[in-house]
Amino acid sequence: MALLQIAEPGMSTAPHQHRLAVGIDLGTTNSLVATVRNGVPVVLLDEQGRALLPSVVRYAADGKIEVGQTAQAVQARDARNTIVSVKRFMGRGLRDVAHVETMPYDFVASDGMVRLRTVQGVKSPVEISAEILKVLKSRAEASLGGEMAGVVITVPAYFDDAQRQATKDAATLAGLNVYRLLNEPTAAAIAYGLDNAAEGVYAVYDLGGGTFDFSILRLSRGVFEVLATSGDAQLGGDDFDQRVYCWMLDHARISLPSLEDSRRMLAKAREIKESLTYRDEANMLLQLTNRDRIDLMLTREELAGMTRHLVAKTMQPVKKALRDASLKREDVKGVVMVGGATRMPHVQHAVAEFFGMEPLNNLDPDKVVALGAAIQANVLAGNRKTDEDWLLLDVIPLSLGLETMGGLVERVIPRNSTIPAARAQEFTTYKDGQTAMSFHVVQGERELVSDCRSLARFELRGIPPMVAGAARIRVTFQVDADGLLAVSAREQSSGVEAKIEVKPSYGLGQDEIARMLRDGFDHASDDLQARALSEQRVEAGRLIDATEVALAADGDLLSDAERAAVDATVSRLRDLAQGADHCAIKAGVEELNRATTEFAARRMDKSVRQALAGRSVDSLKV
Amino acid sequence: MMGITLSERAAQHVTGFLAKRGKGVGLRLGVRTSGCSGMAYKLEFADEALPEDLVFECHGVKVLVDPKSLPYLDGTELDFVREGLNEGFKFKNPNVKDECGCGESFNV
Repeated sequence: MALLQIAEPGMSTAPHQHRLAVGIDLGTTNSLVATVRNGVPVVLLDEQGRALLPSVVRYAADGKIEVGQTAQAVQARDARNTIVSVKRFMGRGLRDVAHVETMPYDFVASDGMVRLRTVQGVKSPVEISAEILKVLKSRAEASLGGEMAGVVITVPAYFDDAQRQATKDAATLAGLNVYRLLNEPTAAAIAYGLDNAAEGVYAVYDLGGGTFDFSILRLSRGVFEVLATSGDAQLGGDDFDQRVYCWMLDHARISLPSLEDSRRMLAKAREIKESLTYRDEANMLLQLTNRDRIDLMLTREELAGMTRHLVAKTMQPVKKALRDASLKREDVKGVVMVGGATRMPHVQHAVAEFFGMEPLNNLDPDKVVALGAAIQANVLAGNRKTDEDWLLLDVIPLSLGLETMGGLVERVIPRNSTIPAARAQEFTTYKDGQTAMSFHVVQGERELVSDCRSLARFELRGIPPMVAGAARIRVTFQVDADGLLAVSAREQSSGVEAKIEVKPSYGLGQDEIARMLRDGFDHASDDLQARALSEQRVEAGRLIDATEVALAADGDLLSDAERAAVDATVSRLRDLAQGADHCAIKAGVEELNRATTEFAARRMDKSVRQALAGRSVDSLKV
Repeated sequence: MMGITLSERAAQHVTGFLAKRGKGVGLRLGVRTSGCSGMAYKLEFADEALPEDLVFECHGVKVLVDPKSLPYLDGTELDFVREGLNEGFKFKNPNVKDECGCGESFNV
């Protein structure tokens, strides 16, 4: 029998028509699922009352698939088949993954996304993530007493198209209907109700188990714009545990602990670290396998002292993000704390000191992203009245564009455009009688295609033959609410059309995105030079082509001397176009234009004469 | 007329939800015709009381009912229960002749 929840006024659903919606935080270390029940966002617990599901999947030899705590427990014994932190592999090629050599997995080389060979066969990160999602799905269905209408899944703000697509594919594989992918810092901001707060700049400081992410968001007219992201993919709460563990080894005078002792001590280290959040000092009692006992005392001050350098390390990306966004720390109106490691008082203090204000920390930092996703899912499911100003939008992280002649990027949708977005631009043919056109879709901030990331290529065929520049080809870019791209091209006079859904095989790294953004700023003037050069080359090529076509058709209109002069100018321009001086090429183009002016005039005369030939004077009177 | 009551547990939860929601004068109960057995319950937050509403107060929670719904709900106790991982409100309605198993719609 179904249990009822309290609906918003006027929003009761018909029986069996519940719009059950959840938000999922598919994390690197832990995953959670949350929902809005009786108007309150809550994290859903498993049968043991646990909110966090470790993002660990084990493919056992007997064909079973274990997820979460059970998989984590045997991780050390069956490392090759127990995949930890699969999120690092989502939408990434083998070359994109850092520290492959230190990982215990059997990677399978392939062109696209990295794959792992397990005792149950070769698995893709999408399949592995789907196992985590399936567990959260059944937890949600048991908790809500029915099937899910849709989910919102959070992704890091720096996730590119390939990583987002991989996340969406994993959800589909798990049988979930994805309403939307939502940026993690945006979800955290929503959980704190910042979307209803004053407009301005907010920061999200996310120190998780193994990763640190820092994002700067700007809220204006209900839209969160990601101004900058930065972080450290190798820094998290685990490093703090490791410090305490080393301190234990030191003080207990243990040099080479057994694997089992080392595991016990690490678990103890974490327990002590966590307890020092609420206490000034903690006693550490541990019996080792050889019956030796460790009996140590650690104070909060000592913990802060031995991990101060780790906290300081997080401040580098913070400063970098501010620099990237051209902001000062005083510009930030509020700082949201995310991730279990931000509970540590000295982390809180460091952030408060840096920004000169107390961070927002009254929600559970492990749950805040999932709660924000749940709030968003509840809105998208239609469980809140739409007249409440609740149109929350997100933006695309990097500009999307097309390659044009000369390897230049024509930006069609600029970075930070709100999504969903659709923009169209007209292009034309370059050569006479051109019947096909190929399109190269790229993402990035640089002017040259070779500096941006290639997303997809497709061709439009069947363009009716026309003179160069006469065809009108309308190219439309559409980015849906998840940030996924579809591109279509249509020749306007004939209606021939081609389109492509952009599903790139693997994506960019966080560092790479950050680098591309930075390069975009740093190289702005180089890029302008490069652009000017390339434009002039294209123009030179076009003019040489046109001249040669004309010479072939009407070469007889020129005397030998005149012909030689034009030929010489053409070959001079061809040489100049090989060089790197765009001013010289421009001069050459102008010279060829002048050299062919007389020729062009004679051709005009000739075609007018031809057009008039054989017609009576009367038929020309209008 | 017996009115509408809340179990103590239900009242505690409603009070908590209202506080977290940050607004609302109480709870609105009602019935609508629909569902597999003819009638369906309505359970919503109330942001304002309407002039025709009948108001019951129980363990500090205001329960608003429109006069047309009351005959079908009179004597109902609203309870809050947990079943496995699921939890939520349950109508204990003496007027019900048969339910559609799902508990969301009923006949009188």
